[in-house]
Amino acid sequence: METDLNSQDRKDLDKFIKFFALKTVQVIVQARLGEKICTRSSSSPTGSDWFNLAIKDIPEVTHEAKKALAGQLPAVGRSMCVEISLKTSEGDSMELEIWCLEMNEKCDKEIKVSYTVYNRLSLLLKSLLAITRVTPAYRLSRKQGHEYVILYRIYFGEVQLNGLGEGFQTVRVGTVGTPVGTITLSCAYRINLAFMSTRQFERTPPIMGIIIDHFVDRPYPSSSPMHPCNYRATGEDPGVAYPSVEDSQEVCTTSFSTSPPSQPAALGVGSADLAYPVVFAAGLNATHPHQLMVPGKEGGVPLAPSQPAHGAQADQERLATYTPSDGAHCAATPSSSEDTETVSNSSEGRASPRDVLETAFVRKVGAFVNKPINQVALTSLDIPFAMFAPKDLELEDTDPMVNPPDSPDPESPLQRSLHSDGSSGGSSGNTHDDFVMIDFKPAFSKDDILPMDLGTFYREFQNPPQLSSLSIDIGAQSMAEDLDSLPEKLAVHEKNVREFDAFVETLQ
Amino acid sequence: MNCRSEVLEVTVEGRQVEEAMLAVLHTVLLHRSTGKFHYKKEGTYSIGTVGTQDVDCDFIDFTYVRVSSDELDRALRKVVGEFKEGLGNSGGDGLGQMSEFYQKKKSRWPFSDECIPWEVWTVKVHVVALATEQERQICREKVGERLCEKVTNVVEVMNRHEYLPKMPTQSEVDNVFDTGLRDVQPYLYKISFQITDALGTSVTTTMRRLIKDTLAL
Repeated sequence: METDLNSQDRKDLDKFIKFFALKTVQVIVQARLGEKICTRSSSSPTGSDWFNLAIKDIPEVTHEAKKALAGQLPAVGRSMCVEISLKTSEGDSMELEIWCLEMNEKCDKEIKVSYTVYNRLSLLLKSLLAITRVTPAYRLSRKQGHEYVILYRIYFGEVQLNGLGEGFQTVRVGTVGTPVGTITLSCAYRINLAFMSTRQFERTPPIMGIIIDHFVDRPYPSSSPMHPCNYRATGEDPGVAYPSVEDSQEVCTTSFSTSPPSQPAALGVGSADLAYPVVFAAGLNATHPHQLMVPGKEGGVPLAPSQPAHGAQADQERLATYTPSDGAHCAATPSSSEDTETVSNSSEGRASPRDVLETAFVRKVGAFVNKPINQVALTSLDIPFAMFAPKDLELEDTDPMVNPPDSPDPESPLQRSLHSDGSSGGSSGNTHDDFVMIDFKPAFSKDDILPMDLGTFYREFQNPPQLSSLSIDIGAQSMAEDLDSLPEKLAVHEKNVREFDAFVETLQ
Repeated sequence: MNCRSEVLEVTVEGRQVEEAMLAVLHTVLLHRSTGKFHYKKEGTYSIGTVGTQDVDCDFIDFTYVRVSSDELDRALRKVVGEFKEGLGNSGGDGLGQMSEFYQKKKSRWPFSDECIPWEVWTVKVHVVALATEQERQICREKVGERLCEKVTNVVEVMNRHEYLPKMPTQSEVDNVFDTGLRDVQPYLYKISFQITDALGTSVTTTMRRLIKDTLAL
């Protein structure tokens, strides 16, 4: 949003933003060189260090950044992005980070351009120096070598985060308000770095996770849009020594004033060699890069997936495909989510306390599942304890477990006699019981021979009929009647004496 | 103006104390240091250049950035060394009230200058003892991750752009900045620490380490 910014302030602001963008790219790319960076403090202003920070300029990086900017500046809807990716010797690659320099419409009209904005941009660069060392890609870049290389790509326009895969995280480095908008610097970085080479499917699987073809060429097609940096062998001077400034374009003076500020000028651009390969081995753990699988010999890349990352949404295997024109993307199997509400999980789900109390009165598909009755289906044989579940599930009123039906008339004396009022093991016909009767299904009680199982047998025979001699009707007869009927009984027995004698003789 | 206060907590093994404290201190001082001021004619000054340096920790999987100033590094290492020694003797946790940034307010004689803090960073250090090498290896990684978070926290606070002392005139620069170093110029700061034993009681009184300035009355 334009304000009544005077022309000089506007010029200064544009210059600050431009060189801030260039310095941002330098800091990011240099942090991924794979070596420790060291620059010297200078008590005397040299006039060549923008933002009072000693940040060397790698000419190739400056060239690429200027090419991407193409004379434009980051503005609303036009962001400058630095994409950091990784490429293996096999040609597989994946995006690791996207650093974004954006601007939004929120303006700070009161801020002083040549003093406050400049100092805050300097502070933001310091923050960038610190943050570039704490993202996961830093430790990867420090370990780069023959197995993998780190690449960078600068583009201008809309931020593209698709290549970072699922679950990427973002960190905001900082913001600086200006009269034309608020500058925001942030980083989106991949969490899960495990992936598997697509080429594994094209040849025999590696033995012991090591490819037996380590004599491979370096994977740098000239048409790649990514820019590698040359790899420097370890053991060299960790402090990067760049040649002195040769190519001076703009020089920045560092004169300030406690009264209305003076005008800083442009910056001299240094030059240095830049090149580093990055070779990546499969099975990296984002949070534990040192758990990288042993790369084996030079050029060999293990393809067996690593153990999952800790605390991240990591999968054991990811499929990475990369085409230079399309950019890298990874497809990952989503992590399984919890599902405690499905019927199939009924035996493993959890019951709320209320449901536990209502178990006796509410029909459940299986144990510990809280489902409305009309949503329960019992036809599945996979449902635990399904055989205990009654077939009628429509209403609670018709639920036999809630309102057991009256016992039907027994078809046989045995069946009638076996019904007991107080039996805890059988289904009771007593509708007035306070107990909830369940079908008695003893374990291992299935009997293929008899039409009844053990439970049925038990129910039928547990209450045998009373002996007729003990029935109350016989006892009700009087003694006198017994005595009167005695002679008749004796006369009958006398008639049958011979039969009785013959019987006794057979017993002897 | 209220002094803003930030608290960071870290749990480390004994041999990681120094590096963890230095990582936090240097990250804070990186943001609170400028180049040397060179005053010219009235009202104008130029600022020197601040260099930076990556430092790999030996006992932590972590790398931090510090200002390229050996003097500043030595000063911090000295204080942190004393802190670590105190922790080692007590066997307890430590509370380091590190990096208290202040500015001086001149007072008339015979009163000494008043130190008005405007930002205080407190680092609470919990020391654990590990028995096996595997535990130490895990601790290396975990502490590295925690320090990454702490650096992110520091950066977030620094970029809130809250109160900072105004840029002083030449006569008052010593009230705002520590001009005693040759190559860089941090804001005036002092470091103090307190050590508690396992019971949580203060074993030693607070030791104040003044880099520059006299103690307030």
